Amino acid sequence: MGFLVFLTLLILGYLFGRLAESRHYKSIIEREDALRSLPLVPIRIPPPELMKHESQLVTGSVVISVDYFKTVAASLRQLIGGRVGAYETLIDRARREALLRMQEEANALGADAVYNIKYETSRIGDNAGKGLGSVEVLAYGTALIPSASK
Amino acid sequence: MLISNMEVVPGKRITRHLGMVQGSTVRAKHAGRDLMASFKNVFGGELKGYTELLSESRDEALERLQQQATALGANAVVNVRFSTSSIAAGASEIFVYGTAVIVEDR
Repeated sequence: MGFLVFLTLLILGYLFGRLAESRHYKSIIEREDALRSLPLVPIRIPPPELMKHESQLVTGSVVISVDYFKTVAASLRQLIGGRVGAYETLIDRARREALLRMQEEANALGADAVYNIKYETSRIGDNAGKGLGSVEVLAYGTALIPSASK
Repeated sequence: MLISNMEVVPGKRITRHLGMVQGSTVRAKHAGRDLMASFKNVFGGELKGYTELLSESRDEALERLQQQATALGANAVVNVRFSTSSIAAGASEIFVYGTAVIVEDR
């Protein structure tokens, strides 16, 4: 009985997890293409030509959960070591999604570029101790908006 | 209030540093959301409830940072950094800090 539950969870996790992941990647790639014109730069100090712009803090954050299949796959992987592909894609999705949300906020403000981008990652949730649980990524930076007066 | 995570403010000159200001908040989500989250741990996907909660707490922390900066007579906060830590199973702390400054137009 216990094994049956485990198997059901595993299959559900695999199917829904795969579906969610491929949908998410599709949406990420589409939105990244649409916003390609707004440069995001992790440089601390902007170049002189942007020195007349207004600056404003922009942030983007997302919390993404693991699925059951990934948890099991990762715990098996931990026996032999090596790359944990299941978690790599999870973190990659979270990072890109957070950055996109920040970019969307900057775009809505009419920014020319976003400088000094920083990332902040943390795990949250009850099972943070057992596995990865959920991962939260925050991306923030300073949007440089052309000032109307100058 | 101008808030930026750069150490310079484009088009402006920092005339005075007023020291560090900070804001923090600890939030927990209610049991229903926690239950939903554990379902999501099976299926995967975004936890929208948590995303909202954390962005609300971040706004709250920023609000407190601004209050402190205003009390010091600052008109801008530069070099802002965020930090998150989970202090208990269901609660997380959002901490934001920066340097309160007075800026003038160049």
